[in-house]
Amino acid sequence: MLKGIGRPAYSGIAIGRAYVYHKQQSQLPASCGDSVKEQQKFDEARQVAREQLEELFTKTKEEIGQEQAMIIDVQMMMLDDLDYLESVADMIQNGCGAAKAAQDSGDIFSSAFAAMDDEYMKARAVDVKDISTRLVKILCGEQNGLTMEEPGILVAEDLTPSETVQLPKDKILAFVTRQGSSNSHTAILARIMNIPSLVQTKLDLDADIDGKMMVVDGFNGVCYVDPDEETLSEMRKKQQQATEERRQLEAYRGKPSITKKGRKINLFANIGNPQDVQTALDGDAEGIGLLRSEFLYLGRDTAPTEEELFEAYRTVVEGMQGRRVVIRTLDIGADKQVDYFGLDKEDNPALGYRGIRICLEQDEIFRPQMRAIYRAAVYGKVSVMFPMITSVWEVQKIKEFCAKIREELAAEGIAYGETELGIMVETPAAAVISRELAKEVDFFSVGTNDLTQYTLAIDRQNAKLDRFYDAHHPAVLALMSLIAKSAQEAGIWCGICGELGADAALTEEFIKMGYDELSVSPGRILELRKKICECEVEPQ
Amino acid sequence: MKEFKYVITDELGLHARPAGQLVKAASGYTSDVKLTVNGTTVDAKRIMGVMRLAAKKGHEMTVTCSGVDEEKAASELEAFVKANL
Repeated sequence: MLKGIGRPAYSGIAIGRAYVYHKQQSQLPASCGDSVKEQQKFDEARQVAREQLEELFTKTKEEIGQEQAMIIDVQMMMLDDLDYLESVADMIQNGCGAAKAAQDSGDIFSSAFAAMDDEYMKARAVDVKDISTRLVKILCGEQNGLTMEEPGILVAEDLTPSETVQLPKDKILAFVTRQGSSNSHTAILARIMNIPSLVQTKLDLDADIDGKMMVVDGFNGVCYVDPDEETLSEMRKKQQQATEERRQLEAYRGKPSITKKGRKINLFANIGNPQDVQTALDGDAEGIGLLRSEFLYLGRDTAPTEEELFEAYRTVVEGMQGRRVVIRTLDIGADKQVDYFGLDKEDNPALGYRGIRICLEQDEIFRPQMRAIYRAAVYGKVSVMFPMITSVWEVQKIKEFCAKIREELAAEGIAYGETELGIMVETPAAAVISRELAKEVDFFSVGTNDLTQYTLAIDRQNAKLDRFYDAHHPAVLALMSLIAKSAQEAGIWCGICGELGADAALTEEFIKMGYDELSVSPGRILELRKKICECEVEPQ
Repeated sequence: MKEFKYVITDELGLHARPAGQLVKAASGYTSDVKLTVNGTTVDAKRIMGVMRLAAKKGHEMTVTCSGVDEEKAASELEAFVKANL
């Protein structure tokens, strides 16, 4: 039995045959001796590669989105680059085989990018490599992608975007990669597919594990190759338990989230992009309690246009088929990579120029977003909320701004819908003055991650502070109680969209405090509905 | 030979997409088009070279066109960089 330890990207247990994905196994064929013929082979391969990339571009655009598709577009341009082509031609002239020339030239350019002092450019090294690998595979007669005869566990060094797109997704039970972070393409895909996965796994790929029995424990971040009987039966039991728990929770699918005494709670989902709508529906969410807007702005070179924003929001609103969608406006600061905003580096980005502060200063960012949201509101129930509020005047300014946007749209004859206007309560200041703020808005949504961090003055990313960190700190709970009370007095609804909202140990207490809505990750909905249905809280 | 200088004002600098646009524009002329940033000169018709300049906002770029259509290339490219970079 071989054991590997990794970082869980998604929980669950998978048991099945291991498929090792090797990027480049075969020995590259030597030159046939005629450099003209080798060059001809290369040119033909380049034509095939271009066709593949064009197809991949369309597929990526449809299945994943514009932002990922742009990566393919850059790859297509690189395929036509004369520096690259001349390097290949030189090598072929000097007696190199076409495949080896493609690979070695790719390595030269990718290491030049990798050595650059610029994170964005460093990342382009993968793109160059992706192209040369594609050419090599075409030249060696190998099919791109991977065929899996039966469902199994995919083990790889790491997977590039073009590789993940081509995987036989219906057959993959789990991913195990030796590299990659929790935000790598593979990890993101695993969460969307709801399959257990490990990244940064310490596992020897040289050991002959292809085709062997394998177990992935996404709860504990462990995997086993050739598990012994004891481990296997233990894992089977754990898998059954997980399945059984899921099955029992299925009884709550389609049921209202209502306490024994009849208090109704709205159980919504947090999502990060339009593709997650299906996951939210599969999880049985009653609405979207937090649609983050950052996905529209990250990982690209220019700000999204009003049309792009509108299309993305509309996709979510239509996808939710009449259920409420709460959109949070852009919450970005110096800690996130959005080069085109030209934000200065800050010593303390958590307390810096971010969230609504940027929007209130920079009309050109806020305007297209608000116009897009109002236009999307034609297609369903939309609420919009603003992050990082600390003062009443900010909310008044936003309301004036929104009124102006509605007038503009009306004057231009563009259809727009009504939206609820609410705020994120995530600063201690907003919590303390929540009585005043409640008079200005239609709802509150408590962002517990930031509220806790700001209240306790503890950075969650700093592992040294774990001992001082208390997720249930009385100061935070006192603020949360105050927020709910302020909302009730003003007759507006209030919800929780931070991590604490999914903390089943606090569900009953939150309902007692007066919270009307909990927004959690889609996979947690049924579990929390069960918890709510077991609570004794009376209607208000 | 025609030459012009331009200081990049785009927040992004000469990242993948604008670099691609510039390469596509430069490739439309028969003239040689060279791009110099921080003392490094590259062929403006080649994306890898242009991207490897990693030109940022505030950097001055010098564009040199030489060939039969150098007048046209220089004036149109100047308009292009002003509009896009």
